[in-house]
Parts: sequence; C-alpha cells; structure tokens
Amino acid sequence: MANKPAIRTGNSELIALIADEDTVTGFLMAGVGNADLRRKTNYLIVDSKTSVKTIEETFKEFTSKEDVAIVLISQYVANMIRFYVDSYKKPIPAILEIPSKDHPYDPAQDSILSRVKGMFSSESVASGRH
Amino acid sequence: MSGQGQRLVVVPTVTMLGVVKARLIGATRGHALLKKKSDALTVQFRAILKKIVMTKESMGEVMRASSFALTEAKYAAGDNIRHVVLESVKTASVRVRSRQENIAGVKLPKFEHYTDSSAADSRADLTGLARGGQQVQACRGAYVKAIEVLVELASLQTSFLTLDEAIKTTNRRVNALENVVKPRLENTITYIKGELDELEREDFFRLKKIQGYKKREIERKELEARLAAEISSNRFAMPLGSAGRNILVAGGEKDEDVIF
Repeated sequence: MANKPAIRTGNSELIALIADEDTVTGFLMAGVGNADLRRKTNYLIVDSKTSVKTIEETFKEFTSKEDVAIVLISQYVANMIRFYVDSYKKPIPAILEIPSKDHPYDPAQDSILSRVKGMFSSESVASGRH
Repeated sequence: MSGQGQRLVVVPTVTMLGVVKARLIGATRGHALLKKKSDALTVQFRAILKKIVMTKESMGEVMRASSFALTEAKYAAGDNIRHVVLESVKTASVRVRSRQENIAGVKLPKFEHYTDSSAADSRADLTGLARGGQQVQACRGAYVKAIEVLVELASLQTSFLTLDEAIKTTNRRVNALENVVKPRLENTITYIKGELDELEREDFFRLKKIQGYKKREIERKELEARLAAEISSNRFAMPLGSAGRNILVAGGEKDEDVIF
C-alpha cells in the first residue's frame, strides 16, 4: 500500500469553510476562523456576487492545503461545483456537505451519502445472497 | 497440453517441484489470511456505514438548532454582529487533531477536535457585550456542538473512503491469488509431475529395451559360442579322419608303393 497518502498525526489542523454568510458567521463565532500573516482566511463567504470560478479555485486551494483536515461546504455551493466535489477522491482533507439555512438538506445530492446508500443496498443484497 | 499458458515456465525437475509446492502452500496460506482480513474489514465497514447514516441524519438537526441560535443572536445583538465576528478573526481556537487507528493492518485516520486555549481570544468573548451577550454565547455553544458532530462525521467519512479502498485492494488480491496464482501453481505441479512420470516411463522402457538387447546379445553369443565349439570339435575330428581315411583308401586302392 505504498500509494496511500501518509496520514499526518498529532499536529493541529484547521477546518476550512465554504458557505453562505450566516453559516460562516456561526462557525467563526465558535472559533474555527483562521487568518494567516497575509490575511488569507480559511473560509469563503459565498453570496450572490461570488462567481463559480472563485468557488472552484477556493475549493481546490483548500483541498490541496497541508494544514486543512476538514472542508465544510454548503450543499447548495457544492451543487455549483458538483463535478469537482464528486471527482475528489482523497480521504484527507475530508469534504463534508452541510445544510445551510436557506437551502434545506437533501441527502440524495450528497456525494458520500449517495455512495453509502448505494453500497448499503448492494451490501444487503450481497449479504442476502450469501 | 491443456493450460499451456496457465503455468510457469520451469524446468521439470524434482527440485523445481519442491519449490513450486512450497510456493503453492505459501499462496494458500496468504489467501486464507487475506480473506480473513477482508472479512474483518467488511465487518468494520458495515459498522461505519451504519454510523455514517445515523450521524448524517443527526447533523441536519444540529445544524438547524445552530442556525436558529444564530438567528436569535442576530435578533438580540443586532445585525451588525456578523461584521464584528468577521473582523475579529485571528487564529483558530477550535482545531482538529488527527491520529491513526489500526484496523486489521489498515490505518484509519481519526479526527478529534480540541480548543486551543492559547488562541482563544478574549475579543470573541466580548462580542455582544453591549447587548445580546447571552444569545451570542448560546449561539457559540450551538456551533461548537455542530462542529463536534461534523468532526465525528468527517472522521467516519474518511474511514469510509479509506476502508472502501482497502477492501477493494484486499479483494483484488484475494481474487488474484484464488483465480490466477493458485491455478497457475497447480498447473505447474501437474505439468512437472506429468513430465516426471513421462521421464520415468521412458527410462523404464529404455531399461527394458536395453535389457532385451543384452539378453539377446548374450543368447546370440552363447549360441555362437556353442556353434563355434561344435564346429571346432567337428573340424578337429572330421578333417583328420577323412583325410586319413582318404589317404588310406586311396593308398589302399591305387598305389601300394606310396607310403604316405
């Protein structure tokens, strides 16, 4: 299993965030926000003026960053860049789709959950056959 | 020969047979071990699947509660609280620590969140000091709870992906051993055995043949020797006698003056 990415342990890592303003505010209040020396933040506020390209680039940046362990992304934002989210296969950082206030959560659209559900049915079918 | 492509290219010797047999034993043992590993991983995998579904469903509720708390805070502290919050971002106080968990030789990442007390700025505590402070604190608490759930979900999800990958690799190995390596070794063993049998039969046949040749040779020699013996005894007996007789006869009949 040489091609597995090494799992970093022990060090402290950040939670990155791509969401609408309210969600970001809430999580910042809890204290996940981080700004480095150049005032580069680990979150992106998506509003009506944010272009899909910006979201794409931020998503790529967060997923390639060394110190990010989890990327939280609002589901409606994830839907805008669904292709990138679905084609992302690495275990770390983990991508989590979260519901936002204005957009109710739809489990069917979640890339992981749909895989889980698919596997569940196939697993139960497979176990039924045994 | 059947299964020509499905065997190793080896010289059919007894030594090689031993080597291939040892390899077959190794392959069988490896197959059993990998199968066990795959089973263990699958058990773990199913447990994680169930947990993921449960946590995902609970996540919706937690997020709703935290959104509601935020709305309350906004109502109590005024809408401009978000600017205060966005401006006071410095270093993260809630961070994630990752460690490994070993399940049947597969390293699974596990996240756990912790609060870095040194980075927890006092400014955040003062947010909403003028009004709505209690709501703001409640909102903070709600979001910290949400982060707890999300971090757990994240580690479940990473474990899910890693395990999925590991199970696929293990199953591929199990199948490769079962369907490719083992038949090939078995075919090689049968091939070597067949070839050795063939050699043995050939040898046996050759020995028999040689024995036959030798037997015939000996018989021939014996016969020859007997013949030779007979002939020589005849020669010693006959020519002397006949010549003597002839001479005697001739002498007796033709010329009495001839002495010999």
